[in-house]
Amino acid sequence: MTINYRECCKLALRQCLDEEPRAFLMGEDVGAYGGCYAVSKGLLDVYGPDRIRDTPLSESAFVGVGIGAAMNGMRPIVEVMTCNFSLLALDQIINNAATLRHMSGGQLGVPLVIRMATGAGRQLAAQHSHSFEGWYAHIPGVRILAPATLEDARFMLPAALKEPDPVLLFEHVFLYAMEGELDASVRAVDIEHAALRRRGTHLSILTYGASLQKSLSAADALAAEGIDAEVIDLRVLRPLDDAALVDTVKRTHRVLVVDEGWKSGGLSAELMARVCELAFDELDAPPTRVCTAEVPIPYPKHLEDAALPQAATIAAAARRVCGRG
Amino acid sequence: MSVPTDDELRRALVDAITTVAPDARGASIPGDVDVREHLELDSMDFLRVLVGLKERLGVDVPEADAPRLVTLDGAVAYLRARLAP
Amino acid sequence: MAELAFAMPALGADMERGRVVRWRVKPGDTIGRGQVIVEVETDKGLIDVECFHDATVMALLVPEGVEVAVGAVIARLDVAGAAPTAEGPRAPPATEPARLPPTSAAPAMPPVATPLGARVIASPLARRRAAALGVDVATVAPGTSGRISAEDVERAAATSTRERDPKEAMRRAIAAAMAKSKREIPHYYLWQSVDVTDALAWLTAHNARRPVTERVLFGALVARAVARAAAAAPEMNGAYLEGAVRSSLEVHLGFATAQRGGGLVAPALLDAHTLDVDAMMSAIADVVARVKSGGLKSREMSAGTITLTALGELGVDGVLPVIQPPQLAIVGAGRVTERPWVVGGAVVVRSVLTLSLAADHRASDGHRGARFLQNIVKNLVPPEAP
Repeated sequence: MTINYRECCKLALRQCLDEEPRAFLMGEDVGAYGGCYAVSKGLLDVYGPDRIRDTPLSESAFVGVGIGAAMNGMRPIVEVMTCNFSLLALDQIINNAATLRHMSGGQLGVPLVIRMATGAGRQLAAQHSHSFEGWYAHIPGVRILAPATLEDARFMLPAALKEPDPVLLFEHVFLYAMEGELDASVRAVDIEHAALRRRGTHLSILTYGASLQKSLSAADALAAEGIDAEVIDLRVLRPLDDAALVDTVKRTHRVLVVDEGWKSGGLSAELMARVCELAFDELDAPPTRVCTAEVPIPYPKHLEDAALPQAATIAAAARRVCGRG
Repeated sequence: MSVPTDDELRRALVDAITTVAPDARGASIPGDVDVREHLELDSMDFLRVLVGLKERLGVDVPEADAPRLVTLDGAVAYLRARLAP
Repeated sequence: MAELAFAMPALGADMERGRVVRWRVKPGDTIGRGQVIVEVETDKGLIDVECFHDATVMALLVPEGVEVAVGAVIARLDVAGAAPTAEGPRAPPATEPARLPPTSAAPAMPPVATPLGARVIASPLARRRAAALGVDVATVAPGTSGRISAEDVERAAATSTRERDPKEAMRRAIAAAMAKSKREIPHYYLWQSVDVTDALAWLTAHNARRPVTERVLFGALVARAVARAAAAAPEMNGAYLEGAVRSSLEVHLGFATAQRGGGLVAPALLDAHTLDVDAMMSAIADVVARVKSGGLKSREMSAGTITLTALGELGVDGVLPVIQPPQLAIVGAGRVTERPWVVGGAVVVRSVLTLSLAADHRASDGHRGARFLQNIVKNLVPPEAP
């Protein structure tokens, strides 16, 4: 049966609400409207207004409420419409959610899950299209997840809800419409490890989120030219799976990082740094990256496409890494 | 002390030469050729051969006599004469 | 305690790698300035590398038999008391030939030269693979990226499985140095025929009184004359580095010495300007013996400030030599031959030598070169009493 990513997110929510009586969903327009990206459409009718709660347009306020609820025994799932708006809640997320266990000497925990949409590709312009998961991955005290497959969209949220500390889940806007067969054998996923999505010998493409699909397309194109690319889906952006990085570099000796964030001070820089720190002697070429152009995401389609990593630019960079460009 | 035989002189001579030119060890050196040309010895090499002879046989070859030692046969004859009782 | 990283020195402008053959010290040893601490095999043979500090050996980082790049740290030393003592070897080698007083308070650095040749660009994996396969990365041709990859190393290893040939390696080293010289140094050449009859007569008389072990060869007279003239010619004696002439106060005269079976090294006769004829002769004899048998010191390989090459014994009249980078000049001596020569209006037979000079036009002009050559002649005939 064909299913899309959005439906997987909804099934994940339903599983959480069904299995965990303390769980509730809270956010802007998640109730009557059904969610900005229609992930919670219809849930209000099933679970009622106590568990599907619309909030005022105040990210700081409702994320703060979520933190308070979590500290007091609930298991809130807070939806922030896009990560661009989450900046209004940065103080709550970083100064409260991420630190309270530490500040209280372990007496208080914040078992909170925040879902938010991230990324570009839908002509939503610079104030709705940025990728800030790399920023959040800088912060100790939170776990950062980036579901890039149907299975992860379906099962990461229930796993996150079981965590004793805050988890931020970044759903890429471009993926909501992605369709496919959900692997029936998968009943749960871990939120610890990176995943090997394609095995290869010539280079490792390290990526996550919507860039995973682009990287896989690039890998197919490269295979036709005799370049066998391995593709690693990071999945968990904090804490990073160092062992997986070392493992793949030991196999391929070449690294291409694909990140929809900007280069400067970004997650791609962190990944390259770790590869150099942990596996320098395995490298047979300088680590390389394909990132978003260092501009606010443009509105016009052709400019937006040009600013983002694309399968063609990924393939071109991969050729260079392999000395064939 | 007994006077060395010609064979002993020749052996001492070849030993002194091959110390300077180790690559010539084992090769036979004709008795009548100029060893400086045959083995590409320069003046420093040749001087070291003479020093080697002094160490081995106690014979100090004056500079003026040096040309008489450029062939093995000549050198053996010279040394025999010098060592004669 | 002050820790010092002791690096593989560049024993000549063209050296890029060296193999640790034998450690002469072990961790815990106390060593003095000038002490040989390791024997290193280079393309120019086996060299004894000295330390320029009083120190304690903390750790030896490279096992015997392993080849590393110039600049790689091979040992850690604890430089106790830091300040170098007044005695011990003088200011370090050719990389700092500037007019630094030898008692400079700055701690003398070990002989780590910035390699003047291009650094070998190879990936970390390629270097590791090369070490494992015993391939010298400097000999591996890079692929299109310009960087040597592991694959390039493997290809090189597959195509050349034979043993590393030291003669061939030396040939390569000479090729690199000479090509660099001709590529970068604008040479100019001067030559002059000199009546050395009196010098030879002096030498014959000098040698007549001496046992063979103390005999002086004509080459020592020439070397002495060149060294003395060089001491008075800053634009001929030193190095051209980073776009500037670095003159040297001392003359460390490179003495070009052919190796048996091919190849050439020019170890330096240290402080050659201070040597009289006999001391010069023993310095030459000592260095030549060690060229043939091994045991040249790192300082001798890197300290040269000017070079002398004598090819006259092979019958050539003269030589237009090639400067040894980064030096400023090289003097050539042809054969001594009897020639008709005009003395006092009459043609007489005299012993004549052709001296030549190749000098770096960036550092000097022909006028200075001619004066330098003149000065060599002045110091050659007649030689002063030693």
